[in-house]
Formats: sequence, C-alpha cells, structure tokens
Amino acid sequence: MSPEALRKTSLVTLAVLAALSLVAAIAFMTWGARGSWSFVLSFRGTRLMAILVVAYAISVSTVLFQTITGNRILTPSIMGFDALYVLLQTVLVFTLGAAATSAIDPRLMFIIEVAAMVGFSLLLFRSLFSGHAQNLHLLVLVGIVLGVLFRSLSGFLQRIINPDDFVVLQDRMFASFNVTDGTLVGVSAALVAVVTVFIWRMRDTFDVVALGRDMAISLGLDYQAATTRILILVAILISVSTALVGPVTFFGLLVANLAYLIIPASRHRYTLPAAVLISVLCLVGGQTVLERLFAFDTALSIIIEFAGGLFFILFLLKGRNR
Amino acid sequence: MIEVSGVSKSYGKTLVVDGVTLALPKGGLTSIIGPNGAGKSTLMSMIARLLPMDAGTVIVDGLDVTKVSGDVLAKRLSILRQDNHLTARLTVTDLVTFGRYPYSKGRPTLQDREHVERAIDYLGLGDFRHRFLDELSGGQRQRAFVAMVLCQDTDYMLFDEPLNNLDISHSVAMMKLMRKSARELGKTVVVVLHDINFASCYSDHIVVMRDGRLFLQGSPTDIVRQEVLSEIYATEFRVHELDGNRIATFY
Repeated sequence: MSPEALRKTSLVTLAVLAALSLVAAIAFMTWGARGSWSFVLSFRGTRLMAILVVAYAISVSTVLFQTITGNRILTPSIMGFDALYVLLQTVLVFTLGAAATSAIDPRLMFIIEVAAMVGFSLLLFRSLFSGHAQNLHLLVLVGIVLGVLFRSLSGFLQRIINPDDFVVLQDRMFASFNVTDGTLVGVSAALVAVVTVFIWRMRDTFDVVALGRDMAISLGLDYQAATTRILILVAILISVSTALVGPVTFFGLLVANLAYLIIPASRHRYTLPAAVLISVLCLVGGQTVLERLFAFDTALSIIIEFAGGLFFILFLLKGRNR
Repeated sequence: MIEVSGVSKSYGKTLVVDGVTLALPKGGLTSIIGPNGAGKSTLMSMIARLLPMDAGTVIVDGLDVTKVSGDVLAKRLSILRQDNHLTARLTVTDLVTFGRYPYSKGRPTLQDREHVERAIDYLGLGDFRHRFLDELSGGQRQRAFVAMVLCQDTDYMLFDEPLNNLDISHSVAMMKLMRKSARELGKTVVVVLHDINFASCYSDHIVVMRDGRLFLQGSPTDIVRQEVLSEIYATEFRVHELDGNRIATFY
C-alpha cells in the first residue's frame, strides 16, 4: 500500500473506533438512568473515568512492552505485576484479617500498592541494568521467575488462611470496575497524564525500537536508555491500573493484537491510539452490557480473561501455521 | 579509516576474537573472509558498536565508537547484519525511510524522501515500493534492507554476508552496486563474504581471519593463491586466471 493509502486507511479506522467508543461511553452514562441526573452523571462519570484510565494504561503499556521485547504474545503481567498485587493482598488479609484489611483507607491502600509495584520494578530494572549484563530477555526471565515465586507464596498463604478471609481475598483478586472514589480516580488520571507526557516526547523512537536492537543502534538510537525508559513508563502505567481496579493485564494482549490486525502497517502513531480505542470500546461497552443486560451478575474481568484466553490460543495457533 | 587495535572478545571461556589489530583504509571495497567461527561477524559487530568488546579500541575517522554518541556515529557508519527479522509489519518505503532516521529523527523531510526514492530505484525495488516486507521473497527483502543502509548515506557501510538469500544475478548486482558505491560515491564498504570468487573479483582489499586472529591481509592477487587459500580453509584449492580475474576452484 502506498503511504497515502496506509495513512488514510489507518485514520478512517481510528475515526470509526473513536465514534464507537463515544457511543459506548454515552450508553454507559445514560442507559437506564433514573432519578436525579446530577447524581447519575457524577456517579457514573467517576466510574467511566476509572475505566478510561485503566483502558488507556493497559493498552499503551502492552503495546510498548511488546515493542521493546519484539514479541507479540507477551504482556507486562509476565514481569510479575499481577502476582505481586495478589501477594500483597494475600499478605494483608492473612496478617490483618479480612475485616481490618477492608477497613484500611482505600487511598492509603492505593498508595501502598502503587509504591510496592513501582518500587519492585525499579529495583528489578536497576539490579539488572546496572551491571554489564544488559539483557532484556534476562530481565523478562527474572520477572517470570519472581512472578512464580510470588504466586507460590500467595498460594501457600491462601491454603492456610481462614476460609472466611479467603472469600474476601478471592473477591479482591479479580478486577472490579466499581470504583467510586473520585480522588483515587483523579490521582490515577494525573499519574497516567504525567506518564503520557514522557511517552509523547519519545513518540518518534518507538518505531525504531521495534526494528530490534541491532538496527536501532545502527540508526543511532541509544537503545539501552530508550528501552529502560519505556520499561519504567510501562511499570508505572501497570501499577496505577492494577492498584485502581485489580489485575487485568491479560486484557492488553487482546487489544494490542486486535490493533495490529486492523491497522495495516506497524506504526505506533496508529497502533497506539487504535489499541487505546479498542480497549475503551471493550471495557466501556462490556461494562455497560454487563450492568444493564446481566444486572451485575458477573465480573467484567472474568469475561475478559475468558475472551482473552480464547484469543491467546488463536494467536498461538495462527503463529504456528506461519 | 577504521583503526582496530587490540580488540578481543570472548563468550564465556571461548575466545572468539583474539587481539585483532587492523587498519581498514578509507575508500574502496574490503572483504573479510575466513572459515566458520573465525570471528568475522563478531569483529564487524564490535566495529559497529553492536557488541561491547572485552579489550581494545575501534576508532572510525578519529571517533572512538564506544565513546562517541550513537547518533553522531550513525551518520558516519552503518551496518547490516545477516538475520534481519522484524515483528513489525512494514512496507518497503517505510523500511527504507528508517535509513533517514539519524538525520530527521522520524520526521522525514522532502529531501529525505528523495533519498529514499533514489535508494529504492538503485536496488531495483521500484515495483515493490508499496508492498509489505512479508509479501516479498527473501532476496527482495534482503535488497530492501540494503536500500535502507544505502539511504543512511554514511561514509562507512558494513555488511555481514549481504549475499545471503540472493540468487546469482542478484548477488552479482549486489556486488556491482557495492563496488559502484565505493568507486563513484567514495564510500568505504566492508563486507563479510563466504564466496571467495566474489571477494576475489570485486574487492580492493581482502582481510583473512582465522581462529579469532587476523591471519593475513592484502590485495586479491596476494590472497587468492593456491597455497594461501589451501592453508586458510584446510582444503585443496586450484586458482585460475580468467579474463584478468583470479578464480579459485575447490570441488
């Protein structure tokens, strides 16, 4: 395809996605609304904002993580973010008990979670990148091993925990988009906005990073610095999103690959917004359908994990055929 | 001029490049030949700062490659390695445009676009310019990567086995192109080659490596000799003079 045709197709696709997302957002805000508009709009507005923040954080972090690893079936969750979150919850419920954990101020909890996850990833990057071994794959591998460790620890604690507490814990392990604390959502949005500024300033380097290490260096990019910076941004995005609603990083795999599928050429200026919009469409649309049609019978994240799993298998099979 | 002095590299306990000191002259086409595992590709990667070296220095036109900033060197020296696998889906034009990244940082100007078009035409990819790389044959893809390097417009161009995936006519075209770049555009081209006869017919200078060391260097007439080649490759060679070129047979 000629550059003009590529540009046009990509822009039209983005416009369609944006329109669909807008429709989903309007439906989410207005469908089945009864009573005072000011209450409905502010109540639903907070939750819509939370979903938007999560949709954005997950999709952008997944696309960028796949860019630096050069692998389209990885998500940042492989670095152990989800596992660390679950471990944190498990340890809190185990040591303090379900009642005391639920009584912790959600804002304090949010700060603890974000700090733990960002701190963990920075420690991991620092210890691995400070020496001579500057290997991204080693980093990912260490992340996987630590993730398994965290998961095993959580599993162990969950087996010996009081069954009543376990029920509460289990509820916390699935993402829930029923956030109503406006301050938390506001802080998350602000953090994500700051990260976005940095991403925006690096926007021209992503395509070069995607060419792989050798070519990127040959083209004069400071590859080491660029990938480290991207990893830190990814870590912050994932941490904020996980602390806000719980672990949904698997979802990123789905939206990133859908974005590659519908955007003809791999240019980040198109794939990044496409992934964000697909993500918004799935989460906002999904949550609307869930609340209005299924009357909150199930959690959106369960549906996401289910659909995500199916797609994952599909991508694996497709990759094998090639 | 590329000055390599005392460069070593080992993977674990295996020494793959062992204290190589070498001066590659500016201008002309230099071939690096040698048996498998001689350290040719590793040396080339270290010259192009893709691999850190354990000891020694590489100076390109007075710039130490490990110290000078990457984007300064990217306007002087470019490299194309043998396995170029992309996860990104790109068209030929997209890929070649990346060659202008050191100059335009991702926002190609009109002048950059002209460079891109010229490089694409130079490699005979005009009909494929809007095709995606995964829709091309191995040889066409290889030429697209070479076009990208050409587009980078550096004084020094390093190619690690550029004839991989190319059939005979495209191999010849590629070598002619490289010699033309060296002679007409004043570029310095360094290639790792496996085909001795290509090295013999097209090079101005041949560097022979064996067991991680510089074994020999000189003009094709110095290197392409029965006794020299037989010693390098531990295989019987016959060398014939054909139309002013020295052709080695070893079958």
